[in-house]
Amino acid sequence: MTAPPASTDGIVLDGLHKRFDAVRAVDGVDLQIAPGSTVALLGPNGAGKSTTIDMVLGLSRPDRGTVSVFGRSATEAVAAGAIGAMLQTGSLPAYLTVRELLTMLASLYPHPLPVDEVLESAQVADIAGRPTQKLSGGQSQRVRFAVAVISNPQLLVLDEPTVAMDVESRRAFWAAMRAYAASGRTIVFATHYLEEADDFADRIVLMAQGRIVADGPTTEIKAKVGGRVIRATLPGADLSSLGKLPGVTDVESHGDAVVLSCGDSDAAIKALLREQPDVRDIEISSAGLEAAFLELTRDPAAGRLPDSTTDSLEVSS
Amino acid sequence: MSNVTYVRYELLRTLRNRRFFIFSLAFPLVMFFLVGGSNSGTVMPLAGISFTEYYMVSMAGWGAMMSVLAGGARISTERQAGWIRQLRVTPLTTSGYFRSKVVTSYVMALLSMVLLYSAGIALGVRLPLGNWAQMSGLILVGLVPFAALGVVMGHLLSPDSMGPALGGIASLFAFLGGSWFPLDGWLKSFGEWLPSYWLVQAGRTTILGGSWSPQGWLVVAAWAAVMTVLAGWAYRRDGKRVT
Repeated sequence: MTAPPASTDGIVLDGLHKRFDAVRAVDGVDLQIAPGSTVALLGPNGAGKSTTIDMVLGLSRPDRGTVSVFGRSATEAVAAGAIGAMLQTGSLPAYLTVRELLTMLASLYPHPLPVDEVLESAQVADIAGRPTQKLSGGQSQRVRFAVAVISNPQLLVLDEPTVAMDVESRRAFWAAMRAYAASGRTIVFATHYLEEADDFADRIVLMAQGRIVADGPTTEIKAKVGGRVIRATLPGADLSSLGKLPGVTDVESHGDAVVLSCGDSDAAIKALLREQPDVRDIEISSAGLEAAFLELTRDPAAGRLPDSTTDSLEVSS
Repeated sequence: MSNVTYVRYELLRTLRNRRFFIFSLAFPLVMFFLVGGSNSGTVMPLAGISFTEYYMVSMAGWGAMMSVLAGGARISTERQAGWIRQLRVTPLTTSGYFRSKVVTSYVMALLSMVLLYSAGIALGVRLPLGNWAQMSGLILVGLVPFAALGVVMGHLLSPDSMGPALGGIASLFAFLGGSWFPLDGWLKSFGEWLPSYWLVQAGRTTILGGSWSPQGWLVVAAWAAVMTVLAGWAYRRDGKRVT
């Protein structure tokens, strides 16, 4: 894999490795993130997202490799107040109101945002006077978001921010985030929901087994992970010629039935009907994000991903 | 320094904590009025000072001890809640974190002492200004081992086990140190090797016109050194697990 020229401006992860006993939690991650972009780290549980994030935040030291955040080490960037973080676990300290908590934390930073502004943008102004121990789940998540942005950070890191939220809170949360992203900060968030990554990020970095298995603009990853499937009955089908049909990314057969995974199912179905007039019992369905996702992120040791991780994403013919 | 704001809110949080109020402020005060008040004027056996004086100084020391123990113990809650991880992503340094905890604990200890002194004055204790200053100074020095012990407990124990552990350890130190009544015989000989004994003696010896003996300084210094080393160890042990 040839790396683009390293930039000291953004975030550069270079050959990160982290092992916990026998588990290689992060197993060679190289990543460059340009300033001002919003990047989703997408992957199932145990993919290494949180471990990667911990190293970006300086909470954990890599066994090998380096982290550079705006040209500084992670700990230097944290000490300078350049990073805001919403960690996966963590409840708020009790016996302070939301406003007091934010004022307290703002005092730690060189250039914090005004508390009132943060209360407003995190949509917690209405509960500013409420003690932190009396907040609902969704409310305390929004307060934790406010905590992450009070420092006016250049880089905002969110580790599965919506994992404990109901649908309503999730919507409110992303609305607040969108407003924040519009201000041109660099945002990195981990999630295992493709929809969130798709709705919100410019770029998706797909992780599995401690490695990056796909990396690209959201539309591109979505086409790969979020395609459709054509199922049909076609006795005696020639799989390799079906695989070459436009829009088809993968072919399988189960007896007389064939299953075509498609990036572009419109093109595929037109070509299929033209070239295989005998085809019948046609069904076109959404591939099921989870299924496609599992396909992309399954164990690299299973042999689908020889050298370059992009191979598995191309047409396998 | 902006850390003043940070410490101010730490204090506010502690003051709003009802458990702190009961253990560190209310409990010693009630004990003082019950025992010290009922025997005012009588000279306490084995102590050479009046019941009221003895109970004022020993309860002030006990409340102060509870304050600094509880201060360190709160690390436990913040650790379990993941709040320490969150703080590690701020410019607050580790030493800054401990400094804020120790400063908060000491302010609370002073509050506890001032409350007991006021109660003592209300019941007729009259001492020269120099005496008040000297015994307060000695108590503050004698609290160092307990502040460090609080940090050790904060790192080793879960918030659930903290209540009983704190109550048990503080009561044991108070009893063996002679906070509730002066000890005699082998219990006294044993108690003299505990820092809590010297918290009581901070007041008693001052009122009798003296100060800590060399043994007192030695005991407090040794406990402070050992507890500080243990606190450092507990912190590092925790750091490995948390990150």
